[in-house]
Amino acid sequence: MRVTVRLFARLRDIAGTSELARELAPGATIGDVWRQLAGEFPELSQYERSISSAVNADYARMDQVVGDGDEIAFLPPVSGG
Amino acid sequence: MRPLLHIGTDALALDSVATSLGDGAGADGAVVTFLGLVRNHNLGRRVRYLDYEAYEPLALKAFERIAAEIAERWPGARIALHHRVGRLQIGEASIAIAARSPHRGDAYAACRYAIERVKQIAPIWKREFFDGGDVWIEGATANPDDERARREAERLACA
Repeated sequence: MRVTVRLFARLRDIAGTSELARELAPGATIGDVWRQLAGEFPELSQYERSISSAVNADYARMDQVVGDGDEIAFLPPVSGG
Repeated sequence: MRPLLHIGTDALALDSVATSLGDGAGADGAVVTFLGLVRNHNLGRRVRYLDYEAYEPLALKAFERIAAEIAERWPGARIALHHRVGRLQIGEASIAIAARSPHRGDAYAACRYAIERVKQIAPIWKREFFDGGDVWIEGATANPDDERARREAERLACA
């Protein structure tokens, strides 16, 4: 199955893109997607404990299973206001 | 008139955020407003400007959640919340909040609570450009279900 991954702020700078598409095995979790990305972009690993994640624009936990066509977002610590 | 909850590149104004709350049909006794401004200094650096970005659909849902938390904690209080994104110069407003309530205490508390919660859970980021470089500012790990953080916002609001 195929998902879209969106990256913001410094995560986007590290990966060099704001959006990627990835093929996943059925049953893959958000955490699996993150580990795959961190393998491709080792600098992301420093965010392992501080990122938040979302699926289809709702906050979600890293152990949530993703579905075909989902939009997954990884969010570094926020600084709005 | 702008919606209650809004994210955009256009300039913010207090009258605009306050009027978006309507007139309360005469039952309100207070409006409290807050404007967050781009400051020319941060951590000893001379700031030149800021770039803001948001994950807009999730940020609007975070604003909705904050408004719902306020309605539950301070019955009768309502907020309007406008956040700007894009490049902001020194002195420009990045966020405008208005809170209305039958009584002033709740309006003050709701307004303060709203800005504290935005800083905790809204997926919005600022990149600071200063003399000599630039840096993404990273504050809180966003977790709307973190009850300890929510209570800290409530504590500040009621201080």
